[in-house]
Amino acid sequence: MEEHDKFKSQVKSIYRLLSTLMVLFAVTALTIIYLVSDPTLSFFTGPAPVEEYVAVPSEEDFDKIENGIHVRTGFKDAEGLMTVVNNCTNCHSAQLVIQNRMNEERWKATIQWMQETQNLWDLGKNEEIIVNYLVTNYPPQKKGRREILRNISWYDLTE
Amino acid sequence: MKRRLFLSRAALSSLTALIGTDIVFGSMIPKGYSPLLLQDPDPFTLFKKDKGMEVLNDKPWNIEAKAHLLDDDITPNKFMFIRNNGLIPEDIDVSTWTLTIDGEAVKTKKTYTLAELKSKFKSYTYQLTLECGGNGRSEFDPPAKGNQWTVGAVSCATWTGVRLRDVLEDAGYTDKAIYIGYHAADVHLSRDPEKEPISRGAPMAKALQDETLIAFKMNGQDIPLAHGYPLRLVAGGWPASVSGKWLQRISIRDRVHDGTKMTGDAYRVPCNPVAPGEKVKDEDMCIIESMPVKSLITYPRTGAMIKEGQKLNIRGHAWAGELEVAKMEYSIDFGATWQNCPIAKPKNRLAWQNFTASISFPKKGYYEVWARATDANGNSQPMLLPGWNPKGYLNNASHRIAIKVT
Repeated sequence: MEEHDKFKSQVKSIYRLLSTLMVLFAVTALTIIYLVSDPTLSFFTGPAPVEEYVAVPSEEDFDKIENGIHVRTGFKDAEGLMTVVNNCTNCHSAQLVIQNRMNEERWKATIQWMQETQNLWDLGKNEEIIVNYLVTNYPPQKKGRREILRNISWYDLTE
Repeated sequence: MKRRLFLSRAALSSLTALIGTDIVFGSMIPKGYSPLLLQDPDPFTLFKKDKGMEVLNDKPWNIEAKAHLLDDDITPNKFMFIRNNGLIPEDIDVSTWTLTIDGEAVKTKKTYTLAELKSKFKSYTYQLTLECGGNGRSEFDPPAKGNQWTVGAVSCATWTGVRLRDVLEDAGYTDKAIYIGYHAADVHLSRDPEKEPISRGAPMAKALQDETLIAFKMNGQDIPLAHGYPLRLVAGGWPASVSGKWLQRISIRDRVHDGTKMTGDAYRVPCNPVAPGEKVKDEDMCIIESMPVKSLITYPRTGAMIKEGQKLNIRGHAWAGELEVAKMEYSIDFGATWQNCPIAKPKNRLAWQNFTASISFPKKGYYEVWARATDANGNSQPMLLPGWNPKGYLNNASHRIAIKVT
């Protein structure tokens, strides 16, 4: 008789355990299904504000900065970088910009020339941002009438 | 060629399908990725250039040699600089390619297929020096706008083709003819079909010279794509921009040709000398014609170290636009003394000339070998930069290499 009761209580405890596990599983499954369909929990928090965009990882790689250089263009990472990238690398490459060293007046004249003859659009307020970026990061270098020879890689010449 | 074009087309159309619209503006396509084969980021493979060449700009392509890469008497493709103003044409079909002669001063507008050009007119081969007008621009102070060429935007290959004169005479021209202007198949950087990237030309006198060719071969083979395949105007001794690539049309003009990069400050220098940095009005700028006298030491490469007592054998090339180089000198003491060295005759007019010298150094130390050519009119290369000009053209200052005697 005692053995029979013991057996019954064992069955009951296993039953309870299985029921608990079943309920836990169901709750977890339902939560997962809900999260998949509504990852931002907007049902509880109300509609998310529209300006909250989530950065896409591939975009981050696309405009990767390494050692202060914007990798895909070669431009220096500084204030105005993306304005320059977005307005100045559609027709020609960044290399054409980087190898030129001009003051504010001549950059403005160059922009005007591109607008008049090369189909560059009106830059609006971006013009100041672009010109500032260029004169700050790529200022003209003094060279004088003839520079000394630089960056010589020496090697033994045997004939 | 056809297969490669097909592949690029296939890639483009599948990308088009993916986006669901025509690809019109480059701005829609991520920088550094282009569906067009011709914008391949590895120019060395694409254009069969030596890895030692320097890419100044990849859109449009601008690639220069270094002095020591130009050692060959006849420049091979792998060491030839590329100066493009627009995008390389994408749909070249030689079976339908034509050259049209038109303009205000043509007697009969005529159109020739490539086969007609080759069969109707006699072919000539010349070795011709082509130097970019802006070669050496990087040295100007204040800096001049444009690709910052150092010394390597010059070449001297052999070009085979028919004489422009023979073709112009076949079409006929009136006594109003004063200039020719070319039109070509390259595409403007903005992809605006109404715009030409470049359309330059030359006065009739230059057009009628024996050596001015409508070329279809370079160094005995089809002209490489980046250098104007399948047809190129070649006018040696003048800024290489006169030698229009991917040639489709030549207009015989009754005025100075006014195509793209003929006007404003393009390929022009101040008619009268100006101070460095001075502003020059467009009407005070004059078109560059013959290039100035210049030379390059192409052997050894700069930076050579030799033992005391060892002689240094140098060699190089010199050229002088329309003229011949009459004298070649070198200096190892920054111009305090100059030594003459032998300069060979050109293979033909407008080809560069070779020089050699064997140099002894008096003692150990750091030296620079400076080279100076003098043309038949007595004009020499300056040791300092020549007259400053807004676009940084015509820098023919003496070339120099560094040497250490140890």
